[in-house]
Parts: sequence; structure tokens; C-alpha cells
Amino acid sequence: MFPTDRRYSRDHEWAQKENGRVRIGITSFAAERLSDVVFVELPKAGAEVRAGQAFGAIESVKAASDLYAPVSGSVVEINQAVVERPETINQDPHGEAWMVVIAMSVPEEWNHLLDAEAYEALVGAEQT
Amino acid sequence: MTDGAALRRTPLYEAHRAAGGRMVAFAGWEMPVQYAGLVEEHLAVRTRVGLFDVSHMGEVLIEGPRALEAVQRLITNDARRLAVGQGLYTPMCNPAGGVIDDLTLFRTADQEYLLIVNAGTHANDLSWIQEHAAPAVVRDLSDGVALLALQGPMAEAVLSAASGTGLAALPPFHRLEGVHVGGVPVAVTRTGYTGEDGFEIASRWDAAPRVWEALTEAGRPHGLVPVGLGARDTLRLEAGMMLYGQDIDETTSPLEAPLAWTVKFDKEEFIGRPALEQQRREGVARRLVGFEADGRAIPRHGCAIFVAGERAGTVTSGTFSPSLRRPIGMGYVPRGTSAPGVGLQIEVRGAPVPARVVKLPFYRRAQGPTEDPTER
Repeated sequence: MFPTDRRYSRDHEWAQKENGRVRIGITSFAAERLSDVVFVELPKAGAEVRAGQAFGAIESVKAASDLYAPVSGSVVEINQAVVERPETINQDPHGEAWMVVIAMSVPEEWNHLLDAEAYEALVGAEQT
Repeated sequence: MTDGAALRRTPLYEAHRAAGGRMVAFAGWEMPVQYAGLVEEHLAVRTRVGLFDVSHMGEVLIEGPRALEAVQRLITNDARRLAVGQGLYTPMCNPAGGVIDDLTLFRTADQEYLLIVNAGTHANDLSWIQEHAAPAVVRDLSDGVALLALQGPMAEAVLSAASGTGLAALPPFHRLEGVHVGGVPVAVTRTGYTGEDGFEIASRWDAAPRVWEALTEAGRPHGLVPVGLGARDTLRLEAGMMLYGQDIDETTSPLEAPLAWTVKFDKEEFIGRPALEQQRREGVARRLVGFEADGRAIPRHGCAIFVAGERAGTVTSGTFSPSLRRPIGMGYVPRGTSAPGVGLQIEVRGAPVPARVVKLPFYRRAQGPTEDPTER
């Protein structure tokens, strides 16, 4: 169900490693839960983020949710396309709708993230 | 998120699960928040027809030779003008003029009135009504009555087809008994909480799945979809309708909310009258207004409202309007800054969002029966 080429946080973000940098987005589970995303607020390139802390926000018609950084580091790239077309978060959360790329400052944090199987178990437990 | 153990279920729980409904806790009930998706459901009601389970709402009967007297004491609107089969929308106030609940009421027989109350206030309403209705008799019918809402421009076509009864002539806020849907006897009222034409359909509790199924079947050619609480909230907000517990409660008065039309000072005594008369005489200090915001950040319940840099009030309801494609909401502001066009700044995640006061409702359908033409 979830791609095995990346890891996952308990806050429903995915993280994909690319040469010491990490591309981040929200999972299909989170996107489906939010439903109808209409707005994304992302940090500016250069901003410092810390693992487990909010780095942005996402608004669906129903509710606002914080985006939590799965790892610490500095934001080196943001996806302007997803800001302009937030509905892509519902259409392609694991691909086109990535949010930011982070240069990790604490590489061992990667090991705290869940693999696809563990994340699937977590989601299974949350599903009603 | 959902603690299933303590929550009640309506007779349609299985139907909701089968239709892909995501169940959440709401006012002590396990209810569907959405099926296919909030916006899709919302737009289906605006353009076609949607089916809602509102069986969590309460039904309280007041009856006896002095039923009208009890009703008149309990509500701010005037039930004296109602013929059997007619109804109205009304607040029920405390002595301070605060709203205990907002409800619809129907005269169901010569000496019998049926009150449809909110799920979250049901227990409190019941004890308040019992306390103040004597010598009229109060009966709580809630455990035995299921309620569905069929809403949208095609609602009449669907219900007429499902019941074999022409419903075109049933005016808003009128009630018709002796209708059958799926072989089940139902009572139909032309009411709703969406701003569209529509009906609310009451049946015996355990027969509700047959009614749901028959309406779903009759609605298929019209593109009927089941609709959850998420779209119910965006639909009612676009229509400028109050959500009890958010927009109005025991600390707010109908004169502060845009409900002055439901307070009838030309009737006999009613609970809250002296306080409301004083408010009318002196003028209210604040008003509930509608606002539209710029950008895409959405002011929501609890966000602070500022006028010219000064804290002015709080957002009571806010969402992204699927019909208008922009953030809308309601909140209380000082009377002096409540006129349409007044600029507001609303704090969302620490940053000010520009907004302006607009006239309610945000959305009004093009034609067809209105809520209650004699009252608005």
C-alpha cells in the first residue's frame, strides 16, 4: 500500500532520501483523511526545521493541520507547484505533491522513522 | 480518534459503513463525517440531491389541553398562528435571553406540538422543557424516531418517486403524514439545513434502513449521494444558518445573532422576554456577522478578529466555501463595526488575514420554496 522506497513519521509524513537530502510530503492516508485540500503554507527556502516540530500548515475544507518535520535540517527547496495547486495533494500525495527538501543536520534521526511495513501497521491501527 | 465504546449508533450505522462512510464521534453519536469526499457531497446537494442521516437529533412531544400555552412560554417565536401540519424555526431561551437551543417545531395535532432538537442539547432541553411545560405533558420520542434529510434541487422528484406521492404542493415548514417510502409509513416536512429545497423524513427507528434504501434507489437516476456531517456544516454555513454550540449558545442572544425575526414581542409572556426587551431597548453590544476572507488561509472557530488593530471579537464558524471557492465564516463583532463592508483582520496561525463583513447568507439558491416566506 505504501511505497517502500522511503520512510514515514508517526505524524503521517513521508521522507525520501536523496544524497543526504530528504524530500518530504504527506502520506496518502493523511491526504485521504484531510480530503479536499485547499491551501498549503510552506516555509521559505533556508528556514531551519526541527524533527517533530511544525514547519507549515495544510488546510482542507474541513480542518487545518500542521505539517511536522520528520527530520531536522534546513529547507533547501520548496515545491511552489503544490502551493499553487494544493489539490494535487489529494491526487498524487506520494509523487507530484512533495512539499519541501531538507538538508539533514542530524542524520541519525533517519533511523527513528518507520519503514513502509511499520507505517502500514500504524495506519491499520488508526483506521476505524 | 473514535471511542466506539461510549457512542450511540443510529439504525443506519451499517448502511453508512457499506456506503464508505468514515465514522466519527459527534455529540455522543457515531456519525458519518464523509463518504466520497466533502466537496463532492456538498456540490451534489447544490446541483442534484443528497441524503443525510440526522437520526441523532431528538424529538420531544408536548401535548394536552395546555400544550400551546407551554410551547408559547418556552419559545421566542409565535406558535399561536400554526395550523395543524404547520411548523416554524425558533430559539428556546433562558431567563437571561441566552439560547438554550434552536429547534424546529410542528403542530402535529390540535393539542400536540413536536419539537426537533439538537443531539448535543437533547438531555438538557428535555429537563428544561419538563420543568417549564407543566401542566402540559412532555414525552421524549427520540429513541423511537429516525430522521433522514433529503436535500437539493432534485429532492422533490426523488421523494415523489419513492413515495408515489406528489409533494410539489407541500409548502416550506409544512408537514405531511401518511406518506409511505419503501413500504414504511413516514412523516415528511419541507425543511432542511442546507439552503436548498428539501425534506426531512421521520420514520420508526428500526425501519429507517428501508427508507434509506428506497430513497437511495429512487435517487440513483438523479445522481443522489449520501452526505456526511462535513458537508452538512459547509452547506449550512453558506446558507447563513446557525450551528448551536458554535454560533449561538446560552451566552448569546437571538438579537445578537441574526435571529431577531424569531423573537415575537407581540405575543404573550415567554422565558427570556424581559431580558430580550431590555436588549432591544438599549441595543445589543455585539452582532454575529458573516465575513469573506482574502487568500486561502481559513479563519476557523476560535480565531481572533481585529478591527483597526484592536481585538474586536472571535470567529464562531469558518470554512472554505465550496460554492464560492473562498474562505467564509461568521463571528461576533461590536455593533459599530458590524455593517457590510467593514474591514476585519483575522488571526490565523499568528498572521493577520484580511477579511470584510458581508451580508448573510453567503449562498442563496436561485428559486423554489424558501425557508419560511412568512417569516424572513
